[in-house]
Amino acid sequence: MLAISIILLLVGGSFTALINFSHTELDFSDILSDHYTRHVISFSFYQAGLSTLLSIALAIPLARAFSRREFMAKQFIIKLLNLTLVLPVIITVFGIVAVHGKNGWVNQFLAVFGIASEHYIYGLSGILMAHLFFNVPLATRILLQSLDAIPSESWRLASQLGLGSRHIFSTLEWPQFKQQLPTLASLIFMLCFTSFAIVMSLGGGPEYATLEVAIYQALKFDFDINQAVGLAVIQVSITLGLMVISALWLKPHPLGAPTGKYYRRPDHYSRRAKWLDMLTFAIAFALLAPPLLAIFSSGINAHSLTVLSSPALWQASGLSLQIAVISALLSLLLAIAILFTTRVLKVRMQANAIAYAIESIGAIILVVPALVLGTGLFLLLRPYVDVFAIAPWLVILVNALMALPYLLRVLSQPMQSSFAAYDKLAISLGLSRWQCWQFIDWPLLRQPIATGLGLACVLSLGDLSVIALFGSQEQQTLTLLLYRQLGSYQLEQAAVTAIFLLLLCAAIFYLFERLIGGKHDH
Amino acid sequence: MKHTINTLTQGVSRRVIHSLAIGSAIFALSCQANETDNAAKPTLNVYTYDSFASDWGPGPKIKAAFEAQCDCQLNLVALEDGVSILNRVKLEGKYTKADILLGLDNNLMAAAIETQLLAPHQQDTSALALPTPWHNDYFIPFDYSYFAFIYDSEKLTNPPTSLAALLARDDISIIYQDPRTSTPGLGFMLWVKAIYGNEAPQAWQQLAAKTVTITKGWSQAYGMFLKGEADMVLSYTTSPAYHMIADKEFKYKAAEFSEGHYQQTEVVARLKNSANPALADKFMAFVLTPAFQDVIGTGNWMLPTKPQAPLPAEFEQLITPAKTLEFSAEEVAQQRQAWVKEWRNAISQ
Repeated sequence: MLAISIILLLVGGSFTALINFSHTELDFSDILSDHYTRHVISFSFYQAGLSTLLSIALAIPLARAFSRREFMAKQFIIKLLNLTLVLPVIITVFGIVAVHGKNGWVNQFLAVFGIASEHYIYGLSGILMAHLFFNVPLATRILLQSLDAIPSESWRLASQLGLGSRHIFSTLEWPQFKQQLPTLASLIFMLCFTSFAIVMSLGGGPEYATLEVAIYQALKFDFDINQAVGLAVIQVSITLGLMVISALWLKPHPLGAPTGKYYRRPDHYSRRAKWLDMLTFAIAFALLAPPLLAIFSSGINAHSLTVLSSPALWQASGLSLQIAVISALLSLLLAIAILFTTRVLKVRMQANAIAYAIESIGAIILVVPALVLGTGLFLLLRPYVDVFAIAPWLVILVNALMALPYLLRVLSQPMQSSFAAYDKLAISLGLSRWQCWQFIDWPLLRQPIATGLGLACVLSLGDLSVIALFGSQEQQTLTLLLYRQLGSYQLEQAAVTAIFLLLLCAAIFYLFERLIGGKHDH
Repeated sequence: MKHTINTLTQGVSRRVIHSLAIGSAIFALSCQANETDNAAKPTLNVYTYDSFASDWGPGPKIKAAFEAQCDCQLNLVALEDGVSILNRVKLEGKYTKADILLGLDNNLMAAAIETQLLAPHQQDTSALALPTPWHNDYFIPFDYSYFAFIYDSEKLTNPPTSLAALLARDDISIIYQDPRTSTPGLGFMLWVKAIYGNEAPQAWQQLAAKTVTITKGWSQAYGMFLKGEADMVLSYTTSPAYHMIADKEFKYKAAEFSEGHYQQTEVVARLKNSANPALADKFMAFVLTPAFQDVIGTGNWMLPTKPQAPLPAEFEQLITPAKTLEFSAEEVAQQRQAWVKEWRNAISQ
């Protein structure tokens, strides 16, 4: 209960600050009638729609290709698809700039043939490329998983009937896809609609701004609090609307990972299908592989030593780590507190609806994007404290809320099942709460807790939202440092920072799994 | 029920709270460590823009010269560009740690005074080398120049001779700065407004077609131009002096526009709530002494307002605009937001 009240207090407080402000000093019709506001809203919808459409258009043939081909590194590549879920956005932005920027790989390659280099990365094309980089793997994973649900008898039947590729698609695959697509599309749309770091670093000018970026610019560039608050309210209304629509109409995704099973599909041998799959793989490879390669390959260069020995990097790492660890622990505390309540509600009292409602409060950050929350907290606290001095604490709070939905997802099932299995036993043995935790919960939960903490830490390490508002040279995180290096076109320095951040993420994740996860066999 | 859950969570959380407490202790300690390092000498925080504070800018020399006479630490906080200095101070409000704002310009003075965060400078500004006499209680001008587009005369052999000619050319790409963060960007916006008035939106749309990118600050834009990413970049009539003197490179030139050039005067002010008012005053007086003024010409590549030593001969090769344009600071303060909106709307058509 305490956890819920803290969350509600935080979000509610910052939101009241927003509304209060807008109530007294804001003329909404003025903001809505502003050409730029309308431009930003329509651009947010336009790029999100286009990103969703393209991601799914590529993910469908890609999922099919994965399901009907068997090759050496297939399992590994499917695992790699998961990587984009935790890869910090700003690192990817670096990878994309290194490949597609003015002096990037593509232009260097073209220069060999005497073709003059072109600017094509800043603006819509760069934004789309980055969004595809994140969402094609996500969509492919989910669609591949839905193909796993097709029973092997169906495949056998299809083989006996000699169904062609097109028929397989319409009778077997499409019905599976159809169930997933609305949820998947709305998920991708939401992610792109609220996109901040990508649009901020690849947008290139005020023409290409999403609402999130416009809020940031209104506050940071124009110090136009009215505009910032107005945009924040518009943003929340739209995301809330989208969430309500998808909650009413759509079912949540099943949890789990695709098996990457190989089915002896009858369309395996079709020559057309073969060409199509090759083409799909080639497109996906061209889109996804070069930025990843660039991240890994450009890290060692002439500037490596200077960057690694610069105090800025180490100060930023220190701040990043402190923020990440504290916010992950805070997030864990909130998650466990919420789940202690809801599992009792679910198991003992069968009050699933209430439990579900409480758990969805934990996911509130999905509706109130980090930047809106940051703006609200800024307005709320500004009269009382030096917001810049407590900036790290604001980032910790917002990051903890940001990781909460993920932690809830990771921990919800294990916590509920351990309770369902041992609650009666614990009562009959008369175990105290602490003993319950010590002997029942902890041994069963340390593994998911380790995963959850690792995930929360990595999310926080890779975050670039609230810190962009309140960070300064003395208080910058690794992501902010990387953003600044990219912004001032110090690509070689950025390369080192990017790989450093990536290794730090991996190390933290591994450390948590080892220290807290305990022994387990894989 | 509620009670049991609460005790439960408390039990569980003890460890977590423990780690949290340790975490915050480390956090607090590390903050403190930073402070004690500098506690020996008072620190004067100067918010400025990045090219001023950078190793190749005038910052390091000025820092050394001032520290030699003040028994203090001069901390140059580098922001993206001039307008960011004002934005940052506005965001921080009365809690700002800045003692001095260095690098706002004539166009931002009225807006900065409106914040009521500044204190009068109490220096004598009567004998300055400015084209027009200086009257301002809060700001001391430390250098000036005129905005101009710089080009490489070996690549661009027929540069436009007016802004109108630039608008009409389809073969020229440009880079300029964002008026919301950068003083050259703001100056360019005012320049266009001064020439085109109500027709400024159409001019912006024509410019948008030639614009490679709009950067947050001058350094980014100029760096990209030198890497060959655009034919012309918005900078100053004095910028070619840098190439002539530092690089012995004579191909970079400022394009003279027949409509006239917009003047920029860069200014410095001290904050009312400065933690070290005496030190801040000392710095304000220092700005007009030779130790500061004589590194401006060949450090910031602008014209000093109270030069002692003569500027290098190369400065004589620079263009001097026949006609200068300028809005009053009050007019800019009144119209800036509306004009920025006009610019934003025009280029996002």
